[in-house]
Amino acid sequence: MSASENLTRKTSIKNAWLLSSPALVILTLAAAGPLLIVLVYSFLLPGQYGNVKWGFSLDAWVGIFFTKDIFDGTYQMADAHLSIFWRSIKLSILTTLISLLIGFPTAWFIATRSPTMRTFLLFLITIPFWTNLLIRTFAINQIIRNEGLLNTLLLKVGLIQNPIEMIYTDFAVLIGMAYVYLPLMVLPLFASIDRFNMSFLEAGYDLYATRWQVLRRIIIPVTKPGIIAGSILVFIPSLGAYVTPRLLGGGKNMMIGNFIELLFGQGRNWPLGAALSISLLAVVMAALLIYVKFANKGNSHGT
Amino acid sequence: MSSQVPAPAAPQAFVDVRHASKVFGEGNLAVKALDHVSVAVQQGEFFTLLGPSGCGKTTLLRLIAGFEQPSAGQIFLDQQDITFDPPNKRPINTVFQSYALFPHLTVAQNISFGLEMQGRAKREIAITVERMLAMVKMEELADRKTAQLSGGQQQRVALARALAPQPKVLLLDEPLSALDLKLRKEMQSELKRLQVETGVTFIFVTHDQEEALTMSDRIAVMSAGKIQQVGAPRDIYSRPANRFVADFIGDINFISATLRAGQAVFSDGTSIPFEYKGESRQALLASRPEHLRLSAKGEAHTLAATVTHTVYFGTDSHIHLKLQDGTDLVARVQMDFLTESSFDKGAEVGVGFAHDALQLLDN
Repeated sequence: MSASENLTRKTSIKNAWLLSSPALVILTLAAAGPLLIVLVYSFLLPGQYGNVKWGFSLDAWVGIFFTKDIFDGTYQMADAHLSIFWRSIKLSILTTLISLLIGFPTAWFIATRSPTMRTFLLFLITIPFWTNLLIRTFAINQIIRNEGLLNTLLLKVGLIQNPIEMIYTDFAVLIGMAYVYLPLMVLPLFASIDRFNMSFLEAGYDLYATRWQVLRRIIIPVTKPGIIAGSILVFIPSLGAYVTPRLLGGGKNMMIGNFIELLFGQGRNWPLGAALSISLLAVVMAALLIYVKFANKGNSHGT
Repeated sequence: MSSQVPAPAAPQAFVDVRHASKVFGEGNLAVKALDHVSVAVQQGEFFTLLGPSGCGKTTLLRLIAGFEQPSAGQIFLDQQDITFDPPNKRPINTVFQSYALFPHLTVAQNISFGLEMQGRAKREIAITVERMLAMVKMEELADRKTAQLSGGQQQRVALARALAPQPKVLLLDEPLSALDLKLRKEMQSELKRLQVETGVTFIFVTHDQEEALTMSDRIAVMSAGKIQQVGAPRDIYSRPANRFVADFIGDINFISATLRAGQAVFSDGTSIPFEYKGESRQALLASRPEHLRLSAKGEAHTLAATVTHTVYFGTDSHIHLKLQDGTDLVARVQMDFLTESSFDKGAEVGVGFAHDALQLLDN
């Protein structure tokens, strides 16, 4: 490459950066700004009527794990916080698994239809996005509550004598979240399965694999990018879910999102809420790193 | 060697397809892909299914592989009825047209896949994979992902993968069609070498007649779901059973004539000695371009023709001719016989035929 060419290249790169700088500035501020504010708040003191009092304190961070007894000033493990965290993680993992189990056959079915049918089915998958999440969640509420559609039907048919209590349980939250996030699983899975060469199946059978071996040794590894993408897309919003656990889990089956909201609202402890938000971020990041590393394990053979 | 083998006979056939039919779809939309096809392939043979696209050759291959089941008929392998065995229960492996190499596995892992599924011992697998890699000359690339390989290399891996479990029969579905000409020639001799080396029965599907002629021990020419002729390449080329085979394999000229005892009389009145007994009748005769003999106009036993144009091919030239009744002929002439001026456009020549080169074809 000649010197003049090199120079032209350099100026063009510089121009490209300059031209995109407004967008970059906005993006950086929009993405990092709020996060930075939350981070700063987590090191401040709670104000009496909400908001924060300026003054450095680690109370919020300590408060995630320990509660100070207001009478004798001793610290105790904050069981409630940990159990909320644990419930959130557990429910999110289960949501991811359920939507994977339902989503994979669905995506496979769609990807193996004719092109026109495929477009139509994908269109159907996106229909839930047309309606507000709140309304959809209320609809589920109507179906599974004690006097709801499902219980009424079962009572009328005579299968049960008393309504099954489904609403305001972890089960209800799980159903709701799986329903809400299923499309986010199906779409990346579809993209992945659509690229899957169906002659791999024949090659597998031809090379003496059973159906189960074809699934485990060929289909799952080859469509893994879609499985990973779908799982991430479902797991992350599940962990921070707010509306669904609020409407279907009631007051006692809180998830971390509800708890954070509580602290910023009635709880009037903004720093603790901020610290919990940052912790949630850390949990998500850690979970992603572990998951992606684990998921890519089989791929690095030989090099 | 030619013609179809009747069903109960031929106990020595290794792969024996008996009266197999395959219908896709139902009712008015039904398409008959195979129509009572019987083929007997001998052990250790390089057998080719040759035909234009849509002739049913791939369907027949898929029946043998077990990916499809025949609507009627039976398939035997080594005297055993395998008609309804699933593909993973047949000691038959396939090299796919698209290769279908597993993208998440390395070259070596692709080759070991079938062996692992068979539950072979680890040590045996390692040894076999080594041997296969050496056989297709891919040792250095054993740990590469298959997406990083060239077309020819992928082809070799596909071959090694299919041969590793030591199948009784190897099926090859147009495996060379994705390669460029030079590589294809290379792989042709490579395939032939592997077949001789391993002694495995190869059933090869292609639409390329040249490929079929150079590689096969025997060829089955197929058209419209039926076998038109089975025979050694030489038989098929020099003694085509019907017009379709003659037309599909190589270039050929068709001339109509009236057959009488011992001679063929053409439309311009010329008669040429022709081995024929029986009643006088109209018939279609065929002759390969290389069997046409050009001479000066008016010589005995030659047809009068006019040169329409010549096409130069390096080693030889194709002289395009028109007979007086309008029939188009092509003669292939070696360069050293070609005295330039005598075959210029518009030149009047006599067309004769090499001894025994005119054939009577059933339509």
